[in-house]
Amino acid sequence: MAGGVRLARLAPPLTLAILLGPLAFGLAGTALPAFGYLPELGGESFTTAHFSALGEVPGIMRSAALSILIGLVTTLVSLGAVAAFVASDLGTTGFARMRRMISPLLSVPHAAAAFGLAFLIAPSGMLMRLVSPWLTSLDRPPDLLIVNDPMALSMMAGLIVKEIPFLFLVTLAALPQTRHAETMRLGRSLGYGRIASFTILLWPPLYRQIRLAVFAVVAYASSVVDVALILGPHLPPTLPVRLIDWMNDPDLETRFLASAGAVLQLGVTLTALVAWIGLERIGALMVCSSRQAGRRWRRDMVPRAAARSVMAASAVIVFGGIAVLALWSVSGLWQFPDALPASFSLRSWMQALPRMSGPLGTTLAVAGLSTLIALTLTILCLEREYETGRGRGGGALLLIYLPLIVPQISFMFGLQVLSIWLGVDASFSALVLAHLVFVLPYVFLSLSDPWRAHDRRHDLIAAGLGMSRARTLIRIRLPMLTRAILTAAAVGFSVSVGQYLPTVLIGAGRLTTVTTEAVALAAGGNRRVIGVYAFMQTLLPFLAFSIATGLPGLLFRNRRGLRV
Amino acid sequence: MTVDSVTDNQGLRLERVHICLGDRVLVMLDATVRRGETLTVMGPSGSGKSTLLAYLGGFLDPVFSASGRVIVDGVDLTTLEAERRHAGILFQDPLLFPHLSVADNIAIAIPEDVKGRKQRRQVAEAALEDAGLAEFGDRDPDTLSGGQKARVALQRVLVSRPRLLLLDEPFSKLDANLREQTRQLVFDRARRAGLPVVLVTHDEEDARAAGGQVHKVDPA
Repeated sequence: MAGGVRLARLAPPLTLAILLGPLAFGLAGTALPAFGYLPELGGESFTTAHFSALGEVPGIMRSAALSILIGLVTTLVSLGAVAAFVASDLGTTGFARMRRMISPLLSVPHAAAAFGLAFLIAPSGMLMRLVSPWLTSLDRPPDLLIVNDPMALSMMAGLIVKEIPFLFLVTLAALPQTRHAETMRLGRSLGYGRIASFTILLWPPLYRQIRLAVFAVVAYASSVVDVALILGPHLPPTLPVRLIDWMNDPDLETRFLASAGAVLQLGVTLTALVAWIGLERIGALMVCSSRQAGRRWRRDMVPRAAARSVMAASAVIVFGGIAVLALWSVSGLWQFPDALPASFSLRSWMQALPRMSGPLGTTLAVAGLSTLIALTLTILCLEREYETGRGRGGGALLLIYLPLIVPQISFMFGLQVLSIWLGVDASFSALVLAHLVFVLPYVFLSLSDPWRAHDRRHDLIAAGLGMSRARTLIRIRLPMLTRAILTAAAVGFSVSVGQYLPTVLIGAGRLTTVTTEAVALAAGGNRRVIGVYAFMQTLLPFLAFSIATGLPGLLFRNRRGLRV
Repeated sequence: MTVDSVTDNQGLRLERVHICLGDRVLVMLDATVRRGETLTVMGPSGSGKSTLLAYLGGFLDPVFSASGRVIVDGVDLTTLEAERRHAGILFQDPLLFPHLSVADNIAIAIPEDVKGRKQRRQVAEAALEDAGLAEFGDRDPDTLSGGQKARVALQRVLVSRPRLLLLDEPFSKLDANLREQTRQLVFDRARRAGLPVVLVTHDEEDARAAGGQVHKVDPA
């Protein structure tokens, strides 16, 4: 198509550069010091000595193995719960209710959800208070290691409650492309139970579509830092936490060790992904052998009830956790077995707010700017795709997912080294760019479906009326897609607000956000201050989504065709 | 279950079936469909005739309320879940499973008391041969023609040994000459298998070809 939007031609290469540039340079910047090359610190020649040193660190293999295990278990449980729930309740009124309950969870930052869980399950947490002393006869917190347990159970729980909403929404987005209602009826009329009908008939085509998102969950859970700092084990911690410790070590020599560790992390995540592909194969074989034997699995009430409970529990835990965070932030004296504070006070807020204004400003500025850039690039890329009719292949999708699948820590390390070398560390623009690497994929994934589904005839009519492509975009398509664009912006904004690792590394401790401040408080254990920060962290994405859902209703109050 | 459940092979009994949406009665039906016979339910779209099939199959949306009983060969289906009813369905589309081969599309319907992979495969192959598709077992269902897909869908429902057959306008999307052929084939096979059939359609030709009793549902 001639005479399209000029700027749109630049968008796809620019987007690829923003996504893949940091990835490539970052990985290189991690790998070189890992093999001994970092002239600034006197590393002039290549050596494998740092890997040998890494191998001799006590408990390093346990840390690595634990990270792999966390990646696999988290994904298996959350995906299993989502799939079994969709199989069990698709098309019922309960399904719609669960959808409304689960969807908002996506916007809650991982760290806030983790703090919420910790505040619920800790020995002196809300759950213990609710049953004490009348049931437990305890008047002081029991001496138990619940949070930060060495098996990482609480950490996995914290990840699962956040990955469930993500996988649920991804699955819901893929469902309309299948004939799910008729397929389920057909399966059941052939005598298969609901879960069997779903697993044998719908899941294979559905899973193919969500597979990259599942990979992203495996990779994320095996390399996460902030949730591990809050809920993860201490002795030894998971691999990513050890890397951060080394990175922050005042002895600069430890940088080499950290870099070697970051390469190991790459291997850990890769191993987790390969193991996951192995699990996929085993699952496929099991489904296949059950299918070939024609087993009907009519009695599936137990797994159905279990899936429903896990789904509901994830919503209750996150919402309950946030409520407890909020309560702590306004509590006065609150002694152990009391379920409610003895008094309420705004003192924690009054004390925290003046100190929070700096981080809050940075959070808003970085999130706002990175979202704006991501949105502009995404719109121009999609416009270019519309004009050329190209670019929606599987390869393009993989490129968009790549920054979400390669462990953050493995290339953020290198980027930090690079930013120091370029002298742009702790600069605002470098931080925006670092956030953009993660904001852009989510904005793109969120906007591309509604964009492609938009009725092309509107564009054709506009062209017929003599409107230029740019004018059509601005006057017709963008206004009609206001709702989808605002939702994508809210998604991008919350992704940026929740970023911990890129902010810590690129901000280098001088540029801090609400999230880095909140996670930094984890070690201190002052519940009132944590409550303030974690609640604020939840509030920002919530406000963004409120605007995204509320504003179109206000803008289009006289346009019935644009209401939902 | 009725008293004479062992000897009753009368086919399908619909006893005072009422399906309502709020206060509106969509379907009111009392009928017996003997084995090999067809009951045709006619009505314009939106008249609730598909609701009757959903009710018989066990998929009635909870917004509808229904009363009455559905009995096949003495077995009361009314309280059974969909997966225990053995009510075979043919939809407008053949709905072959795109990730399975043609033979596996049929094999999946074979009841689980047919044991052993080899034997199940044989049943599927025989069903394909019966439909004139002997060579098609390993094919991707997407590469079949419309008529071939319809025949696979028919064989799939037949090998599942259903108690009754529900047809939801299964010929409406086929073109004219294929429609006639497929219609003959479906009714012929249902008769041969001795299945009571409930056909929902808005096409007079379907009703004529079915040759049984016709029940008209009023437009909404």
